[in-house]
Amino acid sequence: MAAHRHPQILVASDLSLGDVVVLGASGWERDVASAKIAYDGAEAAALEAVAKAEAAANRVVDFYLVDVAVADGTPTPLHFREKFRFVGPSVRPDLGKQAARSEGDGR
Amino acid sequence: MTAHDPTLPPRPNAAPIGYAYDEHDRAFVRERVAEFRGQVERRLAGALTEEEFRPFRLMNGLYLQLHAYMLRVAIPYGTLTSRQMRRLAEIADRWDKGYGHFTTRQNLQYNWPKLVDVPDILEALADVDMHAIQTSGNCIRNVTADHFAGVAADEIEDPRATAEFLRQWSSAHAEFSFLPRKFKIAVTGAEHDRAAVKVHDIGLRIVTNDAGEIGYEVIVGGGLGRTPFIGKVLREFLPRADLLAFLEAVLRVYNRFGRRDNKYKARIKILVHETGIDEIRAQVEAEFAAMDRAPFAYDGEEFARVAGFFGTPPYEDLPERSEALEKAKAESAAFAAFAAVNVAPHRQAGYAIVTVSLKPIGGIPGDATSAQMRALADAADTYGFGELRVSHEQNIILPHVKKDDLLALWRDLDAAGLATANAGLVSDIISCPGLDYCALATARSIPIAQAISKRFSDLERQRQIGPLGIKISGCINACGHHHVGAIGILGLEKKGVESYQITLGGDPTLDAAIGELIGPGVSAEEVPDVIENLVELYLAERQEAERFIDTCRRIGHKRFKESARREGEDGSGI
Ligand code: HEM
Ligand code: SF4
Repeated sequence: MAAHRHPQILVASDLSLGDVVVLGASGWERDVASAKIAYDGAEAAALEAVAKAEAAANRVVDFYLVDVAVADGTPTPLHFREKFRFVGPSVRPDLGKQAARSEGDGR
Repeated sequence: MTAHDPTLPPRPNAAPIGYAYDEHDRAFVRERVAEFRGQVERRLAGALTEEEFRPFRLMNGLYLQLHAYMLRVAIPYGTLTSRQMRRLAEIADRWDKGYGHFTTRQNLQYNWPKLVDVPDILEALADVDMHAIQTSGNCIRNVTADHFAGVAADEIEDPRATAEFLRQWSSAHAEFSFLPRKFKIAVTGAEHDRAAVKVHDIGLRIVTNDAGEIGYEVIVGGGLGRTPFIGKVLREFLPRADLLAFLEAVLRVYNRFGRRDNKYKARIKILVHETGIDEIRAQVEAEFAAMDRAPFAYDGEEFARVAGFFGTPPYEDLPERSEALEKAKAESAAFAAFAAVNVAPHRQAGYAIVTVSLKPIGGIPGDATSAQMRALADAADTYGFGELRVSHEQNIILPHVKKDDLLALWRDLDAAGLATANAGLVSDIISCPGLDYCALATARSIPIAQAISKRFSDLERQRQIGPLGIKISGCINACGHHHVGAIGILGLEKKGVESYQITLGGDPTLDAAIGELIGPGVSAEEVPDVIENLVELYLAERQEAERFIDTCRRIGHKRFKESARREGEDGSGI
């Protein structure tokens, strides 16, 4: 981990559907805005512990922490790769989370 | 097998165009589907952990990607029937998002399947003798071949019988199911190489010796990825009778000595490079001499039987020149351009090979909607004995079209948005999915392809520029073959933004060459300008009918490098 710590959120893939989820206050959420934000190492470790248990319970796979910037309480991933994960293919605005967002819940 | 539903009587024009599964093959594929269904159920019920499940899903072509799962479907040597193409479209509609992506390995990828649906998808594939077995993992992958197989004017022999032989030998080959790394074999039977045989783990060229016998030149240790290599000749002439035994010997040597300690050094290309081709040859020949060759004894009748599946369709006796075609070209400049660019000579008089470009201007290379897949299947039935091919350039080939029918075909393709006359030109760009889909990517590749395609949208200008292969990968794995692009583009990350390295002078054919870097990485926005500069220099310098790659070779890398250098840059950032 870099010396300078950013707030973090926890990202994973839903096991049965494969789509990208974040750990929110009351479970897995599809929208990055609903992610629970860890502001220090202890909070991040707590998120990771929940994710580990959830992976062991076979609800998600491939979880990891992602650095975010927070504005008005809403997290935005800092790295472009993670940004893409919460939008969808940049070449197909009709697909991925961006499409679901314009249609409502999308679940 | 005919191109049509086996429950229906064969149509009079139906040709034998693909290997027919026997009961054995069908039962094997069905068993695998049932087995995977059980594995998915156990995974979802929590009886299998992800670590336990991952190898099972990969054995069935299922990856986890950036936004979703991805399923890779095998299309052996790129040959498929209209019925199979229609099934691919149905699957796209029912279980995916209405499209599929044709890849540089002649396969098809679905980008959005749900894990829970994959067993049903595999079942639907099995109905038409298709599967996703060995499209992932450290095994012998889908064998690829010249997409003009069986019809090319420059062909010595149809490579598909050989490829099918290899498919049968390598499928579920117990000893080679856990190789040090994946293993890719390509076969060509023509004078010109359209299968990129020199950049495969094994490339086979069908050749004739002085006695007029048909055999193989065996090339080994080519490959792209992190460390690109051009393959080296292992045997100049391998008699057909020795084919399977000899490849068995090569794979045994690789399986024994391949670098299992380091995944980045595990491909056979590294073994060949580190050990030296002469030593590898000695080891292979020693293994070949010592092994029990009886299980691989050549059965000429069996080869003939397999070759029979790729028989000649019931062509009509036609004159070489089609008056209808000449008239149509005279009347429509757009059609004439299509005929000049996307139509290739056929070995049968009066017929032509048509390349259907999956690269519309500004489109996503290799993507086809389900409606387009159906239009292609219809076109194959109407004009081409129900047969289609996927090319490693991510296009679709209709291999037997009567010249008299070209105008009608072009109109049908045009109605489906499939008539872009750019085969082999600057907008016929190979691109991997990159960071729009791929979990390994370091940058996007598709938007770069789109931007270049739009910059050169004028097809007339593209024709003036002539053949030029641009190939783009979104990371060093080189799925988009950027190393062998006349212009190659590699997407990387530099200081938190996407950055693109440009290489020049790559060539996938028998004159194979790895492109050389021309300067520091550039931003996404700058890529089209850099390409434009390279093309402008070429146009200014070319002599007579020189292709881009010829001019590159003649005037040298340095001149191009200078043209790409922008104000204030010294190249120190490379
Ligand atoms: C799930 C998406 C994909 C993953 C995870 C993936 C992974 C990889 C990796 C790790 C390599 C490097 C192999 C090595 O050097 O050891 C590679 C090479 C390659 N892949 Fe992919 N790939 C993907 C999609 C594709 C697609 C869409 C295509 C076709 C458009 C493709 C075709 C190739 C080719 C042609 C190579 C270079 C062959 C060589 O290594 O010599 N792959 N891929
Ligand atoms: S080259 Fe890299 S980014 Fe492109 S498909 Fe292959 S692994 Fe993914």
